[in-house]
Amino acid sequence: MEKLEYNLCAHPFFAGLDNSFATLAVSCAQDAHFGAGEFIFHEGEAADHFYLVREGRVALQIAAPGRGPATFLTVGPGEVFGVNWLASPYRWSYDARAIAPTLAVALNAACLRQKCESDPALGYALTKRVLPVLIERLHACRVQLLDLYGARS
Amino acid sequence: MSLKPTAIDARSGAPADVPKLCYVRKRRHDAPDAWTLEIEFAESVPFSYTPGQFNMLTAFGVGESAISISGPPGQGRLIHTIRDVGPVSHALTRLAPNDPVGVRGPFGVGWPMATAEGQDVVIVAGGLGLAPLRPAIYHILSRREHFGDVWLLYGARRPEDILYRSEIEEWRKKGHIDVNITVDHAGMDWPGHVGVVTGLLSHVNMDVSRTIAMLCGPEVMMRFVAASLTEKGLGVGRIFLSMERNMKCAIGHCGHCQLGPAFICRDGPVFTFERMGPLMSVKEL
Ligand SMILES: Cc1cc2nc3c(=O)[nH]c(=O)nc-3n(C[C@H](O)[C@H](O)[C@H](O)COP(=O)(O)OP(=O)(O)OC[C@H]3O[C@@H](n4cnc5c(N)ncnc54)[C@H](O)[C@@H]3O)c2cc1C
Ligand code: FES
Repeated sequence: MEKLEYNLCAHPFFAGLDNSFATLAVSCAQDAHFGAGEFIFHEGEAADHFYLVREGRVALQIAAPGRGPATFLTVGPGEVFGVNWLASPYRWSYDARAIAPTLAVALNAACLRQKCESDPALGYALTKRVLPVLIERLHACRVQLLDLYGARS
Repeated sequence: MSLKPTAIDARSGAPADVPKLCYVRKRRHDAPDAWTLEIEFAESVPFSYTPGQFNMLTAFGVGESAISISGPPGQGRLIHTIRDVGPVSHALTRLAPNDPVGVRGPFGVGWPMATAEGQDVVIVAGGLGLAPLRPAIYHILSRREHFGDVWLLYGARRPEDILYRSEIEEWRKKGHIDVNITVDHAGMDWPGHVGVVTGLLSHVNMDVSRTIAMLCGPEVMMRFVAASLTEKGLGVGRIFLSMERNMKCAIGHCGHCQLGPAFICRDGPVFTFERMGPLMSVKEL
């Protein structure tokens, strides 16, 4: 198995995915590395990649005028970021910045979307993997909004 | 008219419902809204406690609050970390060295330290929940070779709310405790995790047949962490959590702290999730 294919298949996001799907996905993939402090993408730009983190840590941030960037989530090894690739208008709604030297597999979003369009079974298999991530993050976001550690009202 | 008999402190023979006079000896600012007090008895009295127990502290003229003992066992002084949330806790956190304070206790059933020996231990703390777990961590450190792998997963609101920062570094380096901290929100200068504490569980490589979990923090957090642990296969009898309810007598008389059939002050505050899980999901309790 090629190194890139191995990196993709070894990532928990792709665990158990049918081999033929993995082969399709790998044709859209490339290895990526980012230095500590490097921006991976900025809010408002086209969501052109979907990232599987292998090593390091990436901060997802929103900048507020006068307050600087605030990190709302960090993702590390075994996790993914950039799920905007799956839903129109395919734009980033936050910034992503490596806060430690980071290795990832970057999947080209247009390529992946095209593969999903032409093979709905692949599309469904990937959607089933993205949805739990979204549900978990939505739940985490609700818990953070509850401000559990803050002062009791 | 018949009066209820006064509860007697088994160690000193003194009434357990009368505070003993103590003095604050040190006060340290630990987080924006939390202070740690070192307290000494006015007269030398026998006082021993186990990790996870609590005292009732009196701010004279204001009132009394349940506060966990957060210092290492076997110290001459009592250590309490208190968050300023209302009148009593505010008055307690304003006390300065040599100010008087009342102490009743120790009360309750603490962490299962004997059961945890020979096991791996996952400690999950949220916010001020690290305070009642600190004596358990010190106990583990003092008998480190009797415990397997130990993880501390700690969630705080912001980096500046993290308690006992310099100690945590020592626990990591010298105590071989695998420490992972996450915060809900952070700025650019925070290099650590951001997100909910349940997310840190992926860092724990748990053998569910030999692991004990100890949880303390907001009840919602404990519910979610306990659910994630059981999803990973950890038995509900292996998950221990410290419960909080409003307390008055702390000796099982008044019923203020009652949760279903359990009195948190007397039967807890530490319970198994096996016992608390069904009660925690009853909204009316
Ligand atoms: C076993 C036990 C151990 C505790 N350990 C600590 C500790 O180590 N450090 C610490 O700072 N606090 C601890 N607490 C909580 C502490 O007892 C309360 O925060 C304190 O009594 C609040 O009193 P107050 O007069 O300052 O505020 P109040 O005016 O009584 O309360 C302020 C707000 O907090 C809520 N509240 C009060 N008490 C509780 C409670 N027990 N559970 C949930 N909500 C409550 C009230 O509803 C109100 O919204 C512990 C509680 C228990 C039961
Ligand atoms: S506080 Fe009175 S019974 Fe528990």
